[in-house]
Amino acid sequence: MGGLQIPMEHVLVLAGLLFSCGLLGLMLRRNIIFMLMSLEVMLNASALAFVAAGARWGEADGQIIFLLILSVAAAEVAVGLGLVLQIQRRFKTLDMDQARRLRG
Amino acid sequence: MSMAVLILLLLAGGVLAWQSERINPNLPRWVALGSVVGSLVFLLLSIPADQPVHLPNPGNPNDWMLYLKIDWIPRFGIAFELAMDGLSLLLVVLTLLLGLIAIASSWSEIDFKPGLFQANLVWTLAGVCGVFLAVDLFLFFLFWEVMLIPMYLLIAIWGHENKTYAAMKFFIFTQASGLLMLVAIVVLAWQGLASTGQLSFSYLDLLGLELDPRLGYWTMLGFFLAFTVKLPAFPFHTWLPDAHTQAPTAGSVLLAGILLKTGAYGLLRFCIPLFPEASMEFAPIAMGLGAAGVIYGAILAFAQSDFKRLVAYSSVSHMGFVLLGLYAWNQLALQGAVMQMVAHGVSTAALFMMAGALQHRLHTRDMRRMGGLWHQAPRMGACAMFFAVASLGLPGLGNFVAEFLVLLGLFAVQPGLAVIAALGLITAAVYSLWMMQQAFQGTPDEQRKMPDFDTREMLAMAAMMLALIWLGLYPQPVLDLAQPVLDGLQQLVPGADTVTALETPANNLAGGGL
Amino acid sequence: MASVALIPLLPLASAILLLLSAGKMPRHITAILGAGSVGLSAVCVALLARAFLADGDIVQATLWTWMAVGDFTPRIAFYIDGLTIVMMSVITGVGFLIHLYSIEFMWNDESICRYFAYMNLFVAAMLLLVMADNLLLLYLGWEGVGLCSYLLVGFWYRDPNNGKAARKAFVVTRIGDTAMILGLFLLFTELGTLDIQPLMAAANSQWQIGETLPILATALLLGGAVGKSAQLPLHTWLPDAMAGPTPVSALIHAATMVTAGVYLIARTYELFLLAPPTQLAVAWIGLATLLLAAFAAMAQNDIKRILAYSTISQIGYMFLALGVGAYASGIFHLVTHAFFKALLFLAAGAVIHCLHHEHNIFRMGGLRTRLPVVFWSFLIGSAALAALPFSSGFYSKDAILLSAWELPGIGHWLWAGGLLGALLTGIYSFRLVFVVFFGQAHREPDRQPGWKMSVPLVLLCILALSGGMLVLPLAQVFPAAAPHEASHIIEYISIGTPLLGLLLAYLMFLGHQLPADKLVSTAGGRSLRDFFQAGWRVDQLYDALLVQPFTALSHWWRNEPVDRIYNGVVTLSQWAHHKLTASQTGELRWYATTMVFGLVLLLAIMLRNAT
Repeated sequence: MGGLQIPMEHVLVLAGLLFSCGLLGLMLRRNIIFMLMSLEVMLNASALAFVAAGARWGEADGQIIFLLILSVAAAEVAVGLGLVLQIQRRFKTLDMDQARRLRG
Repeated sequence: MSMAVLILLLLAGGVLAWQSERINPNLPRWVALGSVVGSLVFLLLSIPADQPVHLPNPGNPNDWMLYLKIDWIPRFGIAFELAMDGLSLLLVVLTLLLGLIAIASSWSEIDFKPGLFQANLVWTLAGVCGVFLAVDLFLFFLFWEVMLIPMYLLIAIWGHENKTYAAMKFFIFTQASGLLMLVAIVVLAWQGLASTGQLSFSYLDLLGLELDPRLGYWTMLGFFLAFTVKLPAFPFHTWLPDAHTQAPTAGSVLLAGILLKTGAYGLLRFCIPLFPEASMEFAPIAMGLGAAGVIYGAILAFAQSDFKRLVAYSSVSHMGFVLLGLYAWNQLALQGAVMQMVAHGVSTAALFMMAGALQHRLHTRDMRRMGGLWHQAPRMGACAMFFAVASLGLPGLGNFVAEFLVLLGLFAVQPGLAVIAALGLITAAVYSLWMMQQAFQGTPDEQRKMPDFDTREMLAMAAMMLALIWLGLYPQPVLDLAQPVLDGLQQLVPGADTVTALETPANNLAGGGL
Repeated sequence: MASVALIPLLPLASAILLLLSAGKMPRHITAILGAGSVGLSAVCVALLARAFLADGDIVQATLWTWMAVGDFTPRIAFYIDGLTIVMMSVITGVGFLIHLYSIEFMWNDESICRYFAYMNLFVAAMLLLVMADNLLLLYLGWEGVGLCSYLLVGFWYRDPNNGKAARKAFVVTRIGDTAMILGLFLLFTELGTLDIQPLMAAANSQWQIGETLPILATALLLGGAVGKSAQLPLHTWLPDAMAGPTPVSALIHAATMVTAGVYLIARTYELFLLAPPTQLAVAWIGLATLLLAAFAAMAQNDIKRILAYSTISQIGYMFLALGVGAYASGIFHLVTHAFFKALLFLAAGAVIHCLHHEHNIFRMGGLRTRLPVVFWSFLIGSAALAALPFSSGFYSKDAILLSAWELPGIGHWLWAGGLLGALLTGIYSFRLVFVVFFGQAHREPDRQPGWKMSVPLVLLCILALSGGMLVLPLAQVFPAAAPHEASHIIEYISIGTPLLGLLLAYLMFLGHQLPADKLVSTAGGRSLRDFFQAGWRVDQLYDALLVQPFTALSHWWRNEPVDRIYNGVVTLSQWAHHKLTASQTGELRWYATTMVFGLVLLLAIMLRNAT
């Protein structure tokens, strides 16, 4: 056992693709729920890279960081969904281009 | 220790006045009055009788009347260090006396949160006393800011129609220039570290420091700007007319009477002695600004129709004499500058009290809507006449002694500038008498009903009149108090004293371009 | 001899008492206090003068050191010699008579208390001026009398014109005063003292005749004297100063304050001797002023303005005397002028008082029989003013003209100018007499002057007639003048000229053989009359040259030009604020996108630096 069974590069490319998808989604989608989901995708992409790297070097750090990311993501979803509810209530929409009260 | 107690007494008095409002809205002013009177009595009791007979050296703690040093942040060489000599004593006494006048002038004027008002008043006094006593530059800067904030609140909360603008302008001008001073203080302290190996913010340690000329010049400018904005000197004076016009009466009295003097004090105590060479190099420019201020302030004063604005511009003009006197840097001119600080404090405070009383009665400061007030209020007219002629420099009153000494000292150094500044005596007559004409002479409005000064106001006015007459006819006590201090400071600055100026008058005259 | 301090102190104390009473004091107590204090002061001066004439000792008294800063130690101290005694006698003596007169003149004024307070303050300040032992104390008195003059000219403050006249008087004299204070700076800086006697000794030992410094110093002092004594070019305030009550004009603007400039020059004459060009300038200024004012006096219609211009003209004679070095004659003329001009003003005041405040002489007329006391007073006063033989003015003016004649060089020109002035004086003073007291009556007086007005008039009449016999104790003060050696012809000419003036006035205004109306009816005559009436249009000139530019400048600057710089900073930061807030769209996606690009940029820079 031990070591990574598939080439490292493949995993990293996949993680990079996932990250880019998330990033593009964050920048392009207007709906706050999709933006949150994009964030999740980005988090998971980086988590994937960590896990792969942990396996590659045979260290537990990758998994530890994965668990950390998991809990951060959970917390973020909790706060994020709370925000979504509030936004829905205040602005009667989930379109973030409409909710721009911070405009200077 | 007594100096720290003095400041604490005032700070605590402010808190007490603030809270006493809950018991009775009339109580705060009594508490404020009590704490200022208490501090004054305490101060006068704690002055040591013996003074050094030799020429005092400001760098030696034993040569001060009172000296206190408590470690505060020893790591950076910062200490709670207070010291008092004749000059500080004079100014602290003036501060407390004008504090009393300020409280008297706002006795029945404030309805909104009187407790907080009196607290801010007393806290300002505490800050100013701290400024006059601190000899640790960091502590000095702290007090410099402490006196600013309650004054800002006085204007911003209890001011007149355009108070927010005026308060903000006052704050930004003072704050911005104060930051320059902070930078200069830090640079100076680092220079001290570099040359002595010890980090210290103490004035006593930093005196006589050898500085790189270029660096010294720029550091001096940092101090100079902070102090001349406060003074205020042309062209940094524009906050003053707005702040004065909008401030409540007590605020104007404090602002004109003592806050402006902190600028002059700073120049005299810190700016020139700490940077003697740079200051002497800079002196012609500073004196030029002073002379410009004298004339400019007088011309603008003449054009104003707002009573308080007129008096504010007259302050700009009079403080120009202080700047001239300080940078002429000889015995006569320096004594004149100190006298001007005291005499102008009294006369302008009285004129602002007059303006406040008029506004309280007529609900306007616009002199075009006054006229003939002498008929309705002869006591006010007589008082206004007295202080108007004091401000135009009538001999026999304090302001004349001050202006005469300044010009006499200046004439030995820069006759040309003395001639220009003397023109200010003419313009002072023009605007002072025009003020009297617009407000008090002319045809009275017979419909107008207005009460004359009552006993409380007359008492305050009489006290200030007596003070000015005393200063004008027998100024010796004040001069004697300041003389050793000025001698001590003068010996720190080489190459400028009256003796040489008197011995080679012809050269000076020829060089002065008269 | 600190008791001499009592002399100025008495009126000062009375002034303070009256001011503190705030008008609540009963009228008669006010009057007693006001006039009595000056009377007591006069008694003290008389005692002092008797002692002085007996032993001739100069009295010196120091009260306290005013201030001591290094070498600068002016004292509150008095120096009383013959010159001071003469001045003090005039101030308190004539002053007392005018105070007495004022009681009746001002009795019905609601502010009589304020009036006497100011008048007493004036007397105190004037006494300080002449008694001062140093120039700084003299300056205190100098400004003090200026202040009182301001207060009294603007006494009836309800009329803005009076206020304007008062301000003009103060500001114009202040211009001179500023020159004078610069003179004090120069004297102290150069000679190290302001005490008058040591100062003159130091000047004599340190300066040579004709050096720049004494010329400069005396020129500056002369500036002060010219302002206070209403000489060219600062004479314009005096005619307007007639806005005050008439006794004020008599005391301040005729007898005492306006002669302070003469006193100053006489007091510091040793300095002027060191500066021949200034000395000459004094003479020319005196001559120019006396002629200008005499022409202006001929064209006035207001009784007080005529007297005002004649005062300017007579002080011109005093300056002429000082300029030619005849100091004692100048002071002599000062004294006789104080008598006869005070008399004329008081008589004019009586006319105004009895005619409902009428000032225009052409609306008077025929008062000779209706106000006999006033008529005789006026006649005697005018005779002395015109220097008719055996009046007091004759002796003093004659001495001045003779001294001018004897000055080598330009003396004859000065003499001729002075003579022309004497002719004009004869014309305008008798024009006044003939128009006001002879001819047809236009208005009836509604009352007669009471004893408080008549007694001062009669006493002043006696002084104006006999004042020429006085021998002033000035021998020790000034260098002895050489006896006059002019030929008799010159004497006869100076006796005859005023008589010629009288004759011309008779022909023009009473006999109508040479009617003045005809002269004025031509276009040239009228414009000349208007020109003289407007005081040679000097006022308009100053208005255009100084007053208008100053007001225009101050109104142009009124809204603080310097603030534009700071407002520029404000505008700049506001502009930057607007530009920068454009980046704050509030759109979440915009923030995310810029963050991404920023990160990419940062990473790129880091990678670039790493390689």
